[in-house]
Amino acid sequence: MRAPSFRWHAATSLADAARALAAGGPRALLLGGGTDVVPAIKRRQYVPELLISLRQVAELGRLEPHGASLRIGAGVRLGALAADDRLGVGHTALRRAAGVVASPHIRNVATLGGNLCLDTRCNYYNQSLEWRRAVDYCMKAPAGVALAAPAGGTCWVAPGSPRCWAVSQTDCAPALIALGASVTLVSAEGQRTLPLADLYRDDGMTWLTRRPDELLAWVDVPAAARSTYWKLRRRGSFDFPVLGVAAAVELAGDVVTAARVVLGAVASHPVVVPTESLLGRPLGDDAIAAFAELATRLAKPLDNTDYQLGWRKRVTRAYVVGALRELRGDDPALLGVLARRQAALIPA
Amino acid sequence: MPPQPQPPQPPTAGSKVVLTLTVNGEAAEVAFEPHKTLLEVLREDLALTGTKHGCELGECGACAVLVDGKPVLSCLMLALECGGASVTTVEGLARGAQLDPLQDAFADLGAAQCGYCTPGILVTARALLDQHPAPTRPQIEEALAGNLCRCTGYLSIYQAVEQAARKAR
Ligand SMILES: Cc1cc2nc3c(=O)[nH]c(=O)nc-3n(C[C@H](O)[C@H](O)[C@H](O)COP(=O)(O)OP(=O)(O)OC[C@H]3O[C@@H](n4cnc5c(N)ncnc54)[C@H](O)[C@@H]3O)c2cc1C
Ligand code: FES
Ligand code: FES
Repeated sequence: MRAPSFRWHAATSLADAARALAAGGPRALLLGGGTDVVPAIKRRQYVPELLISLRQVAELGRLEPHGASLRIGAGVRLGALAADDRLGVGHTALRRAAGVVASPHIRNVATLGGNLCLDTRCNYYNQSLEWRRAVDYCMKAPAGVALAAPAGGTCWVAPGSPRCWAVSQTDCAPALIALGASVTLVSAEGQRTLPLADLYRDDGMTWLTRRPDELLAWVDVPAAARSTYWKLRRRGSFDFPVLGVAAAVELAGDVVTAARVVLGAVASHPVVVPTESLLGRPLGDDAIAAFAELATRLAKPLDNTDYQLGWRKRVTRAYVVGALRELRGDDPALLGVLARRQAALIPA
Repeated sequence: MPPQPQPPQPPTAGSKVVLTLTVNGEAAEVAFEPHKTLLEVLREDLALTGTKHGCELGECGACAVLVDGKPVLSCLMLALECGGASVTTVEGLARGAQLDPLQDAFADLGAAQCGYCTPGILVTARALLDQHPAPTRPQIEEALAGNLCRCTGYLSIYQAVEQAARKAR
């Protein structure tokens, strides 16, 4: 499978990248580590006219304290991030999520920015051109392969639906939203900072609120007293999440004073679960069970990823319970078989 | 906005680009079509066919090589991204007629059967041993978690890495 031809620009600075992106128009595509872009262009999910490489942009590779937060450049590689000592216990959810993306080889190249901007995925979309042609394409990847798809076409997962249901399967986004991260986007026009949750849209076709001329420059990540990330996938390596549960809590004694729980891979965007019911009391079994019920109702998986649909919905409850029990300090050995899949939780 | 100086872009030769990189310790100047991956350039333009074409989509590890000492998938890396980099392929492991201890151990223990996964596993294990000369079994499993093998069941591979580590001490 060969990549199509494209024009190439190796950006040398953030300003240069922003300028190239603005000048490149709608068929310019940013290249972080390329671990999602390269398979996608081989399959002609998109055919960019211009690729803008961010590899040489030194500003994007920085990782440094910024006030009480950690500022992490979009070009930081996930493998290096997961191993970086500047991520303390306060950033456990991020360290875990970055450390379970894809496989070690991919993490050596994959960037945080690419992970946060990762295209949504679907069994009908992440296929070769020939496969997609054989089913007459779907709405997200129409026949006239382009970067921005025209309106129309069928969603093969929900053929009656006017929208695309491709799934957000980034591991780091739920973890970073749970930690309360904000993201800074830079364009030739200037820059703006927004809560990371606001970067995402509940739409498989246009999954980011990023303007086409903006690039993700860095994220600011506050620390949380306790946080975790639980990932469900068939194999312990390679596979995208079929469910991700990120959770962060602050406790005063054993009373919860703040909590954020985010579900990945159950919708076209990371799903933020309202946590009011957890606040002002300990993480008791009943509170956790009621909360897990609410989270499960918000999870709307469709039959377009690995694993059977009904089970994916049921396992959401078990994962939310497990993650919150871990955060209240339960012995990992007592958390059961699902916990044993969280490699980082159970030391080898 | 005042006109900006153009950043250095790779020189072109006809429809090809020309890059200099270090391959297995030697400087190599190579001309290739700009859409090619590192895997395609290694095999087709540098005639280094030890690195294998597997899935071509990042899902198997057969194409693993070291770039600046780190295991990466050459099928996912555009060759244009490798200007100035140091690339190590399986051809670069032996020292003349002397095999790398890993290659000896793989041969001794039958850790290669069909052999298709072997080049990718050898370079990945080399990077591990360079960093951790005495790796634990979980460290070996984690380092090789991106290399699929359909033949061996992995056990002989792990044992071969352990044997090579012991012999090197
Ligand atoms: C076999 C396999 C398994 C995988 N498993 C997982 C997994 O388990 N979990 C997971 O989360 N991902 C997984 N991935 C997807 C991918 O490897 C990761 O998401 C990775 O972090 C993407 O980062 P990148 O730098 O390689 O992105 P790229 O491929 O370079 O870019 C991805 C997208 O982000 C855009 N982009 C890149 N940088 C910026 C920027 N600075 N500003 C704005 N846009 C930008 C690109 O234009 C593109 O649309 C897997 C991929 C493969 C091939
Ligand atoms: S050929 Fe590169 S991972 Fe399979
Ligand atoms: S020896 Fe055949 S795939 Fe590993």
